[in-house]
Amino acid sequence: MFNIQEYFEAATVEEAAALLAAHPGLTVIAGGTDVLIKMHHGQMAKAGLLSIRGIKSLEGIRQLEDGTIVIGALTTFTRIINDPVIRAHIPVLAEAAASMGGPQIRNVATIGGNICNGATSADSASTLFALNARLKLQDNQGQRVVPIQEFYLGPGRVDLKPGEILVEISITPENYRGYGGHYIKFSQRRAMDIATLGVAVLCKINGGTTFADVRIGLGVAGPTPLRCPEAEAYASGQPISAATIAAVGRLAVKTTQARTSWRASKEYREHLVAELTERALKAAVVKAGGREVA
Amino acid sequence: MLKKISFTVNDTPVTLEVEAGETLLEVLRNRLGYTGVKKGCGVGECGACTVLIDGTPVDSCIYLAVWAEGKKIVTIEGIARNGELSRVQKAFVEEGAIQCGFCTPGYVLTATAMVESGKKYTREEIKRELAGHLCRCTGYQNILRAVEKALNDQAQGGGSCASYR
Repeated sequence: MFNIQEYFEAATVEEAAALLAAHPGLTVIAGGTDVLIKMHHGQMAKAGLLSIRGIKSLEGIRQLEDGTIVIGALTTFTRIINDPVIRAHIPVLAEAAASMGGPQIRNVATIGGNICNGATSADSASTLFALNARLKLQDNQGQRVVPIQEFYLGPGRVDLKPGEILVEISITPENYRGYGGHYIKFSQRRAMDIATLGVAVLCKINGGTTFADVRIGLGVAGPTPLRCPEAEAYASGQPISAATIAAVGRLAVKTTQARTSWRASKEYREHLVAELTERALKAAVVKAGGREVA
Repeated sequence: MLKKISFTVNDTPVTLEVEAGETLLEVLRNRLGYTGVKKGCGVGECGACTVLIDGTPVDSCIYLAVWAEGKKIVTIEGIARNGELSRVQKAFVEEGAIQCGFCTPGYVLTATAMVESGKKYTREEIKRELAGHLCRCTGYQNILRAVEKALNDQAQGGGSCASYR
């Protein structure tokens, strides 16, 4: 039995926004796989909940005419893994989603909840950082769109103003067309575990010989998921070679703020950043249509 | 704060009033007597409380009972038909995939959903599908063999005998 003081359900985004405006202390709950566990562990003092799981318009994935992929905040991980649009255009997001929890959790956990929970270890977040995903937020005053990189403010803190809910995540075609991507989750167990480090790499190549663009999204390499601008800037225009890729891995460490936790020391995490960025970039090159780099 | 909800458990319609804080696990076990649903970790890590909700395996310990409104729920009690074990249950018995039995209902339900999906699974894929369950007795090998066997039996036997209602 969870100690729930107040419980509301919304059937539409407008209803949710109105309820949040009227009851500012409510916590939004969707799949519940983070919120209920926090409650179980006594980490939530106030337990007034607003369930948004009945808002059908926030479920599912669609592709707009201009190619933009829109993922409803209530889309479950299982649905993302199996969705034909995701599998055809951004399979790296399906890989990341498949690494989260176990089947029973993926059947109910939502991508919107994964993001709004604000964890640096969120398996979908590093990939969405690399894809320059944009988040649409709505309250009873209207909507705004923020890049995911600006949404994360600190550990467990996101830029959701009182009364706002996340409604959708969009990825524009210039951020996925022509890119190959690869996600590596490093964890002690291959299922039901939280990442020691998560690495999502996207790359686009020029005529098979040089990098046109490289993007590196890291989870658990700092208080929030982050990108590696120095390494990315260096890679652009460089020949696709083992030397370039090793240098990108080393440079990636520069923008991290890893810390020591019981899962791993700072030094070990930094080692993982360099090593796994290299491995993920090598795999991404192949997926982008390039030749394998030994 | 009570809320009236209706759903079916193993095809039996149920209507009752639940507290917002009650889990589906608690309602099934304590109020409806489906004690085959086990409470293990309480945080969705062990899979002992797994039930099928509209055919999909879900951890009932982190699923609020109020969310069950209109759903079709299957527990281990609904798997055998007229006293006859399902293919999955038979395979578990034949392969000795049970020791203390606490995790077994959850495994059987996930395996049932796999059989019902009609998909083919490699051994690695079976491991992935079962990853949300912990068994502290068997060492998993017999469970893997049992699920593999149930999937093969289903593939060979076609739809002549439904694995669950």
